[in-house]
This record gives sequence, structure tokens and C-alpha cells, in this order.
Amino acid sequence: MLIGIDMGGTHIDGVAISKNKIVKSVKHVVDHTDLYQTILHALNDLISDLDQKDISRINLSTTISTNSIVEQKISEVDLILQKGPGINYEFPEIDSNLKYIDGYVDHRGKMVKDLNKNELEEIKSKLKSGANKNLAVVTKFSTRNPEHEQALAEYFADNYYQITQGHTLSGRLNFPRRVNTAYLNSAVYNTFQKFALNIEKALAEKEITAPIYILKADGGTMHLKDAVETPVETILSGPAASFMGISALFDNQADSVLLDIGGTTTDIFFLVDGLPVFEPAGISIDQHKTLVRAIYSVSIGLGGDSKLSVSESGSTDDPADLIRKINVGPEREGAPLVFGGPEPTLTDAMVILGQLEQYSLTEEQIEKSEIGIGQLAEKLKLSKAEFSELALNRAAQIIKEKVDQLLEIINSQPVYTVREVLADRQIKPIEIKVIGGPAEVFSSYLEQAFDIEVKYPNRYEIANAIGAALAQPTLELNLLADTQRKILIIPELNIYQKIGSRYSLSEGRTFILDQLNQAAKQLSESELETEIVEESSFNMVDGFKSGKNIRIKAQIKPGLSTEIEH
Amino acid sequence: MQAKNKLGLVFFPAFDWAISPSHPEREERLLYTQDQIFEEGIQDIAGIEMYNPVPATEKDVQRVHFAVPDVRTRFSESHMVSMGGAIEAFDLVFSGRADKSFALVRPPGHHAHRVVYGDRGFCVGNIEAVGLEAMRAKYGDLRVAVIDTDCHHGDGTEDIYWNDPDTLLISFHQDGRTLYPGTGYIGDAGGPGAYGYNVNIPLPPRTGEEGYLYVLENVIMPILDEYKPDLIVNSAGQDNHYSDPITNMNFTAQGYAILNERLNPDIAVLEGGYSIESALPYINMGIILAMAGLDYSGIREPDYDPVRLKQESSITEYVKEVCDTVNDRWHRRAELARDEYGDQKLVSRKKNIFYDTDGIMENQTQNFKVCKECSGLNYIDSNSDRGSRIKAITIPRDACSVCQKEGYDMYEQAGRGLTNVYLQDRINDQYHAK
Repeated sequence: MLIGIDMGGTHIDGVAISKNKIVKSVKHVVDHTDLYQTILHALNDLISDLDQKDISRINLSTTISTNSIVEQKISEVDLILQKGPGINYEFPEIDSNLKYIDGYVDHRGKMVKDLNKNELEEIKSKLKSGANKNLAVVTKFSTRNPEHEQALAEYFADNYYQITQGHTLSGRLNFPRRVNTAYLNSAVYNTFQKFALNIEKALAEKEITAPIYILKADGGTMHLKDAVETPVETILSGPAASFMGISALFDNQADSVLLDIGGTTTDIFFLVDGLPVFEPAGISIDQHKTLVRAIYSVSIGLGGDSKLSVSESGSTDDPADLIRKINVGPEREGAPLVFGGPEPTLTDAMVILGQLEQYSLTEEQIEKSEIGIGQLAEKLKLSKAEFSELALNRAAQIIKEKVDQLLEIINSQPVYTVREVLADRQIKPIEIKVIGGPAEVFSSYLEQAFDIEVKYPNRYEIANAIGAALAQPTLELNLLADTQRKILIIPELNIYQKIGSRYSLSEGRTFILDQLNQAAKQLSESELETEIVEESSFNMVDGFKSGKNIRIKAQIKPGLSTEIEH
Repeated sequence: MQAKNKLGLVFFPAFDWAISPSHPEREERLLYTQDQIFEEGIQDIAGIEMYNPVPATEKDVQRVHFAVPDVRTRFSESHMVSMGGAIEAFDLVFSGRADKSFALVRPPGHHAHRVVYGDRGFCVGNIEAVGLEAMRAKYGDLRVAVIDTDCHHGDGTEDIYWNDPDTLLISFHQDGRTLYPGTGYIGDAGGPGAYGYNVNIPLPPRTGEEGYLYVLENVIMPILDEYKPDLIVNSAGQDNHYSDPITNMNFTAQGYAILNERLNPDIAVLEGGYSIESALPYINMGIILAMAGLDYSGIREPDYDPVRLKQESSITEYVKEVCDTVNDRWHRRAELARDEYGDQKLVSRKKNIFYDTDGIMENQTQNFKVCKECSGLNYIDSNSDRGSRIKAITIPRDACSVCQKEGYDMYEQAGRGLTNVYLQDRINDQYHAK
């Protein structure tokens, strides 16, 4: 039995899945003063009448790390940075003690200038040992040569509670993002560690031995014990749970736009070749751009409770102009009129069209919608029904325009080979998958706006929890082998070792897949699919020396561990 | 971090193209530049956007080149993509999508002449000329200054704009007596329709920061002030660098950045530069930051040593003399044109062009009609040691009706004993071949 819990901004959902069937689900309101108790309460409720021995895995999507960053409830962090010659970054987004130190490693990973011992001694002399502070050490090109970061971490080990080394968080190049990612990792470390200890303790008391995984923003999971070391990877997992949930509720893997339409916002995602489209560099949180891999998601202020208004009065003969006079959102002023709110909303337009019959509304409630929508319709000299129809079309049009804009961005991602330029791969979704309260009503309007098939599931309320429950561990590894320097590095695994001068691409391929498969075995009892994502081997000619510069990216394929019956 | 100038970057390293596995123009060339700009987080700077090339069309090529026998045979897909990268860089600025742009693309192009039998100096298509002429076709007349900052003489660009008074070419380079392609002398100042608008500044080996910046301040900037171009293009070779393996100069990444800040080009197009590990990553960073209007003071090569790179005083003196001569000739260009061409009705010049990369030898005679109404009809008679005998006629963008008609008549009549005849009609943006 798989347990999935998704904590959002308002609600926490839980689901238990056994043999491809949802056997139980719960929904609670989040107590923002005590997130830990909120989770425990939901978990207790969910498993109270289930046999705990049947639980094979618990997946949690939490806002613990996200909230601690957004609410600035973070640990004190010192940063030691080695930026070498380059852009004069000052990191105004990091409110912390920054120290820039001497030394430099170049893009090949060659040590240009070593650490300055005197400088480090001076820094150390001003520190108390055993202080309850954390440290982030980040050096430029540490993903090419991590020796300086490793040396710094060792040197200051006794002076800090916890130390993050930049290269361990991602194999990708981007010094400013690596600095921010390492900083956030140290900043949320204590909060997450405390949370993890509490959860472990609580489960131990209940004699639950099933492994606990935490959802990541890339739609994969990681072991709770790994999450304790790199808690920054647990930020912003909500949209990922939503994406995985939508995927779980539909069988097919066609290139699609995924929409989660709620009361206030609509989240937009893309599924291409059966995989989510990812953020190109990493996710952003607050003012921080990070290297944390994440599913690409964009949220727009459009939902069932979005306020309707009219920007210009008077009628017009051109239907294209007329529809553009109707504003849907982006603000939400409160509940719809029909449910006692202050302003007419999209939901009120649905009431007028008789699309909310399942709520068994009173005449009094319906009248409220009619008055509010009537006033707006009047301004455009339309009947209430005509206006409502137009408002729903307008909402679909707004979503379409945003999706088109995002597709243009996705389709213009940089490419670096002649082959890719000539192939000019343009992603054209052939289907829309939509969940959320207004999904069913919306589907016909979306179909009209997009002119492609729109699908919605029977049940969607606990999609995020289902997504969390079915998510599997993911891991991305980046290998670089330089046969001139005779060095191989996989930063994510802290591998930095010697190789022979005849090392080949195929050896690299075998090595990285071995490493990845070993890691996958540690991560999950069930078999995980691994794959090479990118590979290249460049001829290097340096004077009379020649060699190969081999680069391989491999990953555990993101996906769902099982299907569920719909 | 916010760029002052909105900079469009067409970064296209062509990781799947090489002339041959160990040739300087190989897949690895922009690999470390990519690593450097990625590690510095260039993509995250607000105001710097990355764009992809859109492959050039045959028509784009035919505005500039006579490809023998035709475009499809002479130009590989890689060349079309690289030229397309340059076109996109130009279009970013012209369409208003960016204030400035930098085409970091390969293969390069400034050794490619009007007639193209093959690859010379690693170039087949003149990428900035193809980009520029695409803009002229789309947006109309333009007064343009091309500053060729590659260490090798921009002989292809010189050939293309030799007789075009609306395209000022200033090329500074290591003296042709000491470096490929062996041209670029001060006296080579342009055809009868544009004499003086081809400015060559040959510099002695071991010229350093001081010398380059002296040339910039004392020759290039004053000429630009006088010429008042609508557009400045930097044909941005990076082989003046002290670490370049095939040249002998002492320029630096800081120097390149200062030069680009001061020159303030609208568009830069990468040309040569083969110190791919020690120079390109830093020079490219410097150019990007300078063009974006950002602080570049922290950009340095790891082994930068100002003492070792200090320019010898004898070189300083020599550079000064070269600059004085160039300036004098610029001011007296009208008088010098009379001396050079007198009352000739037709100016001819013979050229032997060697395609070093492909090993082809070409003999050509360029003929420029001297016309009072326009820059004049011109045509090239050329043959190569591969058996081609061609006539290539150009009706220039400013051609008068007489020259225009004469061009078509010449095209109609030509053919006897020739393998190919071409007509480039720049007035109607048409190209004919038979």
C-alpha cells in the first residue's frame, strides 16, 4: 500500500492506494502555526483503520522548506565564496555574511591559484568553535573540480553546525545559482532536520517501518535521510504533485497541456514525449534563482472565483472586440456572489448558464448571481446568458493566450547543433488534460479556444495526493571526463577520480549508468528506469597534446510507480 | 543584475561541425566559452536574451556571393545556419527585439569574397555581409561602418564592399607581410565609386593594449565621427589575443571589453580566434558585458600579467606612424582618388585568390564602370584551376537606369566560352544564373 500526502497552502490531502485502487482519502485544513502536527494529523486519520504492516511506502509533499524560506524562518548562514576573475556579483538577495576568498579554478577544472592559508586562518580566528551556525562554501567551477570546496568544508568543520558544498547540489554550471542554492540549503537545514526527526519519531511510535520519501520539485522523490542533507530539493514540490496527479488520472502520454484550475489560479504544465517539461536552469523562490530541478509550471490569476468586470461600456459590432471588454481576474475579491461573496465571478456566470445544478442552489442564491451578472451584461447591452457565455469564452481565451506564449518560450530554447537547428522541433500539444472544480464546465470552452481535444477526470479532488503517492525517486547525474587532465567527475555523487588517457565515451556511459543504477537500488526496492539524456565527446587539441572532453547527463526517468484505476 | 542595453545573444557553437577533427575550426572551439558564460550565469541577467539561428536562404546568400556553380553545391547546411545566425543577430536589432546583438556563431566568414569556389581561411560565406544585406533588402538604405577587429585582414569583406560608399570598412590587423592572408595594405582604399572608404590599418607583431586603444581613439573614432554611420558592426575576431596560437599579437580580454565599450557597436559578429581555452572564454565574456553596458572590470585571463604584456616603445612609435598615415590619407581621400583613377571610364584589377582550406586557385579580373550617376555597374571575369570560367555581373543597390540596363544586356550577351554567367540585381533584389 502506497501512502501519499500533499500539503498545500490551504488544504492537506492524503490518499492510500492499494493494488491500483484508492482505498482511502482524507482532506484537512492546514494549521499554519504547526505544519508538523498538520501532517501527523492527516497521516493518523488516513492510516487509523488500515493495517500498518501493509504500508510499503509513504510519500510526503511538504511546504516545510518553502515556508521557512518565504517566511524568513531560517538559520543563520555564513557564506565563503571564491569567485575568481569574472562578473562582480554581490548577491544582494542573500541577507547573510558573505566572504570572498582568494584562489581560482578555471573552466577546465585546472587549479589556477590555490587557497590562501593565511586568509583562511584569519577567518577561522574570528569564529567560535561549535557555534550554532551553518556555512555554505561555493567556488567557481566547483563542478569541474571540487577540491577547494572540499578543503574548505574540512577546514571549517568544527566551526559550524552544518556545511553545504555547492558542487554536491547540482552538476550544472551556474555560479550565482549555485551560491543561492547552497545558501538556501544551509538556511533551511535546521528546520527540515527537526521536522524529519519528529516524523521519524512519530512513525516509530506507531511501529510503522515503511520508508518515507519526500517529494521534489522535479516530480520525483528522495529518501527522508537524503532530504535531511539536501533539504533545498524539497522546496516548491506542490506544483510537481499536481503534475504527477494529473498524469496519474489519465492513461495516455500524448503531448499535452496540463491545467489545474482552482478557485484563484490556474496552473499550467506541459507533457512532452511522456515526460514533464522542466525549468531550463532551476526553480526560483523568493528572490533566489536556484539550480533545483523543477517541473516547468506557470500560475495565472484565473479561477472559479476570479472577479468579472467590464473595461469599457457600450456595444460593439465586432465580436472580437466585444469579448476583450470582459476581464476575468487576475484578482480574487472573495467567494462568488452565489456563495455570499462581494463581486460577480466566473462561477456566477456558470450559475446563469445552469451549470452548477449539482450544488442544489436556492432561488435566493441564484438571484444574487443574476443581479451581479445582469449589471455587467447591461453595460455591454447583452442578455445575462449571452454575457455569461462570453465570459467563459474569455476565460478560455486568456488561458489559450498564456499557453501560446509559454509554448513560444519552450519552442525557442537554445540549441547548439546544426542537426537541432535543422530539425526545428516545435512542440504542438494535441490534447488538454484539465482538473479542478471548474474543469468539467470549462472543457467545452477550452475545446473551442484551443481546437484540440480536452479531457477531464471523474475525480480530481485528491489529485495532488495521488501524484505524491505514485511519485518515484529521481536523480540526475552529470559526468565530465577530461582525458588530457585524466580526471573524471560526477559532482552530484562527489566522485572526482583519475582516469586513463584513452578513456572513451562508451566507458563513460557504462560508468555513469552503473553509478546511477547503484544509486537507484539504494533509493527504491522496485526497479527504476535509468537513461542517458545527453552525451557528447569533443576532440581536444592543445598544442601537441590531444584528448577527449566527454560529457554525459543521465537520469532516473521521472514517472509514476503504478497505474491507478479511474 | 540588469543590463543597461538589451542584448540579444545568438549563441550557436555548432557542436556537430568541424572542418576536420583536429582543425582549429572544430566542435570544441566554443565549448569553453559556453562553460564560462554558463558558469557566470549570463542567461540569468535581466536584459540578456539567447536566440537561435534561423538557417539562411539561397536568396540571402545570393545578395552577397556568386557561388560556383551554385549555393547548394558550395554551402553546407552548417554554413547556412551560421549565416542565419548572423542574420538573426541583425534582425534582433532592426526589429527592435534588442538594442544590441552579438552573433557568437561558427563557422566564421570574413575571408569569403564575392565569388565563392570553396573554403578559404576557414570561411565560405561572409556571415556579416549576408546579415547586413538581408537588412538592406528588408529595411532599405543604410549607411554602415564595419570595423573588422580580427587579427587577419578582412579581405573578403573588403572585396564585397570595395566599391560601396555606403559601407565603410575599417580593418585593423597584423601586417599582411607577417600573416595570412597577406593583404590589407594602407594603399588599398577602395574602387572608383568608394575610394577612401576601405581603411586598412596594418599593425606590427606584438602590438598590445596600448597600441590597439591608440588606433581606436586616434583613427577609428574620429573617422566614425565624420562618417556618421546609421549602424556600427564589429567583425569581432578574437585572435589579437596574446595566447592565440596562429598570430603574434598581445591584446587582452580587458582590452577587447574596453574596445567594445568605446566603439559601441550595434552588432558584433564572431570571426576568428583560436585560443579556445585561454582567450575566447574571457574575451567573449568581456564583449558580452561591455555590449550589455555592465561592469566588466572583473574579467581577466587567469594568467594575465600586465608587466609581461606591456607594449615595447618601438612598437608604440611605429603604431603612431601608421595612424598618422591612415589619417592623412582619410582626409585627402578625394584628392587621392583622382591620383589613383584619373579619368578612367573602366577600372580593372586583377586578383589571384587562393582557397587555402580547399586548395583551389582562382584568377579573376574585377571591372568597375565609372559612372557619374551611381557607384557603377561592375563585373568579374574569373576562372579556377578546377575548370570553371565565369562572368559575374553586379548591378549595385544605387545603380542608375543606364547601368541597370547595361547589366542585363551584358548578362544576355555573355555565355560563349563560359561555364557560368551570373547577374546580381540589387535594385530589384534578384539573382539570375545561366
